[in-house]
Amino acid sequence: MAKISLIVNGNPVKDNIDPRTLLVQFLRENLRLTGTHVGCDTSQCGACVVHLDGKAVKSCTTLAVMADGHEIRTIEGLAADGAPLHPMQEAFREHHGLQCGFCTPGMIMTAVDMVHRKGHDLSDHTIREELEGNLCRCTGYQNIVLSIAAGAKAMANSDLA
Amino acid sequence: MYDFKYHRPATVRQAANLLLKNEDAKVIAGGHTLLPVMKQRLASPPHLVDLSHIEGLDGIEMKGRSLVIGATARHADVASSAIVGEAIPALAELAGLIGDPAVRHRGTIGGSLANNDPTADYPAACLALGATIVTNKRRLKPEEFFQGLFTTALASDEIITRVMFPVPKKAAYVKFRNQASRYALVGVFVAKRPSDVRVAVTGAGSEGVFRVTAFEEALKKRFSHKMLDGLTVPAQGLNSDLHGSAEYRAHLIAVLARRAVEAATGKA
Ligand SMILES: Cc1cc2nc3c(=O)[nH]c(=O)nc-3n(C[C@H](O)[C@H](O)[C@H](O)COP(=O)(O)OP(=O)(O)OC[C@H]3O[C@@H](n4cnc5c(N)ncnc54)[C@H](O)[C@@H]3O)c2cc1C
Ligand code: FES
Ligand code: FES
Repeated sequence: MAKISLIVNGNPVKDNIDPRTLLVQFLRENLRLTGTHVGCDTSQCGACVVHLDGKAVKSCTTLAVMADGHEIRTIEGLAADGAPLHPMQEAFREHHGLQCGFCTPGMIMTAVDMVHRKGHDLSDHTIREELEGNLCRCTGYQNIVLSIAAGAKAMANSDLA
Repeated sequence: MYDFKYHRPATVRQAANLLLKNEDAKVIAGGHTLLPVMKQRLASPPHLVDLSHIEGLDGIEMKGRSLVIGATARHADVASSAIVGEAIPALAELAGLIGDPAVRHRGTIGGSLANNDPTADYPAACLALGATIVTNKRRLKPEEFFQGLFTTALASDEIITRVMFPVPKKAAYVKFRNQASRYALVGVFVAKRPSDVRVAVTGAGSEGVFRVTAFEEALKKRFSHKMLDGLTVPAQGLNSDLHGSAEYRAHLIAVLARRAVEAATGKA
C-alpha cells in the first residue's frame, strides 16, 4: 500500500492506496467524483482528462501515487455546487456542444487548459489541433469547436478561471 | 495491471541502486508508454522506480555549442522552451508534434529514447543532429544507442540523465502522421551540420530509425531540395502494414525529405 496526500478541487485528501490505482480510479471509486470518465483502454480518447498542477493530463495514464503532493482539478471543481456553471460549461450547453455527454468532461477540461495556454481568442484551426487527443463519437465536433471558441471568450469576462 | 512496489528515489544514484537491488525493476518517467503496456499486462515489472521526483533531471540549458535537455523534461516543456526555440527550433517543433497536449504534459524525452519505438519522433532528431545520450554510466552516440525495434544499449540498471544536441546550421523535421495513433507513419529529420548533412527517418524502417546516406551525399554538395530530384529510397526493408505499404513509405520518405530541406532553407 502507498500513502498519498494531495489537493483535489481545493480540498486536501489523504488516503492509503494500492500503488496500481490509476488516478482516474482513485477519483471515481475512492472519492466518488464520477464526472471524470473512462472511454478507452489505449490512452487515446481524452474522456478522463483532469488538470494536474493546472495542466491537462489523461488520468487513465497516470498513477494516483504520482499525483501525491500535487493538485488535481476535475470537472466537479470548475464551479461550486448550485452556483452558475463555469463559462466553458455554459458555452457547451448554449451551443449544443454535446449529445450523449460521455466525452464532455474531458472536452471541457481540455478546453479550459487550452484557454490557459493559448488565450481567449482561439481560431477554429487552433481548437481542432488542440483537440487532437479528445474523441467524440456523437457530435461530429462542429458544435464542440463552436462551444470552445465561445467559452474561451466568455472566460475573459468571468471570475472563474 | 499486475501488482508492483512503488519507489520514489531523490537522486539518480538511489534510483540506480534500486534497479540493481530489485530484479526486473523498471523506471517510470511520464508513464505514457509504460502504463498503457502494463494495463494490457504486456509488462509486469515487480518494482517501479519513479524518476519524477529527482531534482534537476528535467533542466534545459545551453552548454557551449550544445543544447542540453534533462531526461525527465516533458514534451510540452521542450516545445515551449525559449532556449530550445532559439537554439534548435526544429526540435521544439518536433516535441510539439508528439501525440496530443495531454500526452505532451506527461511524456519525457528520456522515456521516448529508452523506449525506441520505431515510430517515435525523438530518435530521428537524435540521429540527424548527432546527439550524445548521457547515462549514469557513460555517453553514447545514437548509432550505438539505438539497436533495433524497442531495443537500446541501456543496461538494466542504466538511466538516461540527459541528451546533448550540438546546434546545427539548419534543421527541420517533417512528420506524416498516422491519423489514428498520431505517431509518425513516416518522419524525416534533416540537419545541416558544420561538417556534414544528415537525413534520419523514423516510422518506416523495420529496424527502427535509420539514415539515408544517398540523400546526405547529394545534400552535402549543395543544401537545396533540388539536389534530391530523381533520388528515391528502395522499398526493400521498409515496414509494410495496414497503414501503408513499403512502397508508399519509400515514396513518403523522398517527399518528406524534400519538404524538410525546403523548410530548413526557408527558415535560415
Ligand atoms: C496517445 C499517445 C500518443 C503518442 N504519440 C506519440 C507520437 O506521436 N510520437 C512519439 O514519439 N511518441 C508518442 N507517444 C509516446 C510518448 O511520447 C511517451 O511519453 C514516450 O514514448 C515515453 O516517455 P515517458 O516519459 O512517458 O516514458 P515511460 O512510459 O515512463 O517509460 C517508457 C520506457 O522507458 C524507460 N525509461 C523512462 N525514462 C528513462 C530514463 N531516464 N532512463 C532509462 N529508461 C527510462 C521506462 O523504464 C520504460 O521502459 C504517444 C503516447 C500516447 C499515450
Ligand atoms: S480513458 Fe483516458 S484516454 Fe481514454
Ligand atoms: S457527446 Fe457523445 S461522445 Fe461526445
